[in-house]
Amino acid sequence: MLPTLVGAAILVFFLLRAIPGDVCEVRLAGSGLYVDEAEIELCREKLGLAKPLIAQFFDFITGYFTWDLGDSMWTGKPVTEEIGIRFPLSLQVAIMATVVAVVFAIPLGAISAIKQDTWIDYAVRTFSIAGIAMPSFWLGILIILGLLIGTQHFFGTPWMPPIDYVPLYEDPLRNLSQLIWPAVATGYRYSAVATRMTRSALLEVLREDYIRTARAKGMIEKIIINRHALKNSMLPVLTIIGIEFAFLMGGLVVTEQVFNLNGIGKLFVESVQAQDFAMTQQLVMLVVLIALLTNFVVDLIYAWLDPRIRYG
Amino acid sequence: MAAIDQTIDIGDLQKPWYARLFEMVRHQPLGSAGALVVLLMVLATIFANFISPYDPEAASWKHQLSPPDANFWLGTDAFGRDILTRIIFGARTALFVGFTAAFVGATSGLVLGVASAYFGGRFDIIVQRLVDIVMAFPLIVLALAVVATLGAGTVNVIIAITIPFIPQCARVVRSSALAIREIPYVDAARALGFGHFRIIMRHMVPNVMAPYLIMLTTFVGQAILLEASLSYLGMGVQEPTPAWGLMLQGGAEEFAESAPWVPIFPGLAITLAVFGFNLFGDALRDVLDPRLRSR
Repeated sequence: MLPTLVGAAILVFFLLRAIPGDVCEVRLAGSGLYVDEAEIELCREKLGLAKPLIAQFFDFITGYFTWDLGDSMWTGKPVTEEIGIRFPLSLQVAIMATVVAVVFAIPLGAISAIKQDTWIDYAVRTFSIAGIAMPSFWLGILIILGLLIGTQHFFGTPWMPPIDYVPLYEDPLRNLSQLIWPAVATGYRYSAVATRMTRSALLEVLREDYIRTARAKGMIEKIIINRHALKNSMLPVLTIIGIEFAFLMGGLVVTEQVFNLNGIGKLFVESVQAQDFAMTQQLVMLVVLIALLTNFVVDLIYAWLDPRIRYG
Repeated sequence: MAAIDQTIDIGDLQKPWYARLFEMVRHQPLGSAGALVVLLMVLATIFANFISPYDPEAASWKHQLSPPDANFWLGTDAFGRDILTRIIFGARTALFVGFTAAFVGATSGLVLGVASAYFGGRFDIIVQRLVDIVMAFPLIVLALAVVATLGAGTVNVIIAITIPFIPQCARVVRSSALAIREIPYVDAARALGFGHFRIIMRHMVPNVMAPYLIMLTTFVGQAILLEASLSYLGMGVQEPTPAWGLMLQGGAEEFAESAPWVPIFPGLAITLAVFGFNLFGDALRDVLDPRLRSR
């Protein structure tokens, strides 16, 4: 995990600086007016961009040991503060999307496998293939469209989810009425992937000898499914949920834009546009860290679910 | 899915083409639907100038946001441009970006993966660590980071989409190539004194074509989706080039009541295109690699 993180740090750091152009140019020359070259130099001096790359990289890495992740080159505020404000929102949407996905995926996938090649199976599969093909931002747009037109139609006045974020513990109703929609928009794709995986994993397990044995000794089908088949088919499903959770952070980049949510995805897009290196690299590292941690946790759950797996 | 008969019947080849086509549709209904979508997109790309009723970049203030009617089948956007025309030309952009990125990404991954398996040892370890690093990034995050470096624009978007594909393909191809390396003909080729390059390109690469082609088709779908996302964020293809993601920009709220057709049809086009390539890829996998057949 650590070598990957270090590698990612090197990659991101030098990738962002590989091409000329930086935040100073965007800020000063972006307006199209004439700017003094000296002024840009001064700005670089102040932000530490004038130092040699190796020195900048050293600062970047030592920052992790002193918990000084630098200041945003755009707003001037500490990166940790900027991320801190926005992280709860994104995390909440991610968790809600996961819940949405799991709640739909496992029962749907199971039904689809048990009723293989019936119309239920075909309906579920169509639903899940559509989920993989549909861009989440378009689904988001459709949801907003549906909400506006629907409320207009039924209540006479169009209703939009609230724009400003209120923490869950302060006003749960308002919070949920804002965040449930993006969670559904991102969760649909997520659940589509997980549904397909549940279905194919369960179908594979249902062909195992021990399922035939269980059936042969006259066990009730419900118990066979719940206790023997479903439990054993959860490993690959868990993997896919883990992988997708990590990628959810990427999906949020677009969804937050659609719903105009002030989360880390939107922050990421903004800092990329402003060529705010300090912010961009820390956000990328955060996402990579989340991805690696998720994999680690999945590995731990693996060992817990399947005692045959031991990590020496 | 119903079991697919894998044996090749020699009589099959003597049947007329429409009978074989019918067989294919019967055995692979979803795959055929996917192939149809792919074919439609290719046709739209080639004949865009002939089939589309208007100029994709011609703005007309007279026809701003006019609803779908006989003149503008899918309506017009805020600049009075015909949406159907822009969707047809958008297919060209999507296919160009999607296919270039998928082809370059998958092919680089193919060579890298086979080389990694063939040489083994330290080279393999280094390549695999690099693959690990790149794969730790979510697709769109890495693509955005590349766009941050290079700037927006069609070519840069292609590069941004290609880079995350390389390690994905390399990983899959490597596992197939590892098995092939153990087959005696590779040893035989080496005993004959063939160079590394020749062994990799002539003896190993052709034998991992199946996973390569499967990855290639799935990549096209993914690339179309990714390009649409980047363009939607304003960091992909730039106006006035017609691109589906770009057509969705500006959002739902503005047009919700006045012009819902503006966001609906381009999104439908993206969904259909990705859907088509995914189904096509699945069917290809069934045919080329029976072990991975979807159950």
